[in-house]
Amino acid sequence: MPCTGRVAIIHLMKALEKGADGVFVAGCLEGDCHYQAGNLRARKRVAYVQELLKSIGMEPERVAMYNLSAGQGPRFAEICREMTERVRQLGPNPTRKNGERKEKAA
Amino acid sequence: MIMAKPKPIQEIINVIKGFDKVLLAGCNGCVAVCEAGGLKEVEILASALRMYFANQNQTIQIDEVSLTRQCDKEYLAEIKEMVPNYGAILSIACGAGVQFMAEMYSEKPVFPGVNTNFIGVTLEKGVWSERCAACGECILASTGGICPVARCSKRMLNGPCGGSSNGKCEVSKETDCGWHLIYERLKTLGQLQRFSVPNDPKDWTTSRDGGPRKIIKEVSQA
Repeated sequence: MPCTGRVAIIHLMKALEKGADGVFVAGCLEGDCHYQAGNLRARKRVAYVQELLKSIGMEPERVAMYNLSAGQGPRFAEICREMTERVRQLGPNPTRKNGERKEKAA
Repeated sequence: MIMAKPKPIQEIINVIKGFDKVLLAGCNGCVAVCEAGGLKEVEILASALRMYFANQNQTIQIDEVSLTRQCDKEYLAEIKEMVPNYGAILSIACGAGVQFMAEMYSEKPVFPGVNTNFIGVTLEKGVWSERCAACGECILASTGGICPVARCSKRMLNGPCGGSSNGKCEVSKETDCGWHLIYERLKTLGQLQRFSVPNDPKDWTTSRDGGPRKIIKEVSQA
């Protein structure tokens, strides 16, 4: 999507409910949002989902917020590696049984 | 508008965990405005509950519906065909909506998913504040449009009390003294003489002291 300000809580929840082991939101650098505060809103929503995950006994680290510009390719690769390693340490999403992705989350 | 806050999710889990199928019902009236019980909150809560029970290896089907209002029979009737398929209903409407749902579908257990807090206003996005205590006998005309019943912690009719300090209430430094606000407003209006005439004792029978209340408007009756 063109701005992380459009990332709603339900988007992160659905990704996890459908079996994603982790989700990260890559927003523009703070202070550089074309729409003023889109990335700051996304950060709050990520934090909200982390708290919600804690409340249902899931690891809050499965969701994360990162900030980088479109010109930071190497940084994007680094973030992907970092997130992949974090999720690998956490193991599969317990919502997804037997390593299978759910066809449909109601 | 009626304001509410979501209940802790563990409290909700504890009441629905014994059922196989639960209908999570939102209300797109007041509780949608205060982001506690509308369509969006239904989706988020249902998703969180489904994940929780899946992680516990419990198969509980949680379906979603969001009604225009839960305080009107016409809208509650829209789920008449669905209700028999569920073991319980989890309503995230205000206390009035939950009760009307339970009255209409009295054969089903109906559980509340929010705590209903007050009648209030939206101060800014994400911030809501109490303004009215529904006392049934409005005295705003004599208090500069600021209600001492809702905004004074002691509901004093003639204040401020000795607990008012620098415009704040002794209950919390975050809470404005209602009577300080009234004083400042009446000063702006040039009506400070109002303080030389005390408010009469209030008849609280129009409030909760008179028992559950009812309003009948004959001209509107069928």
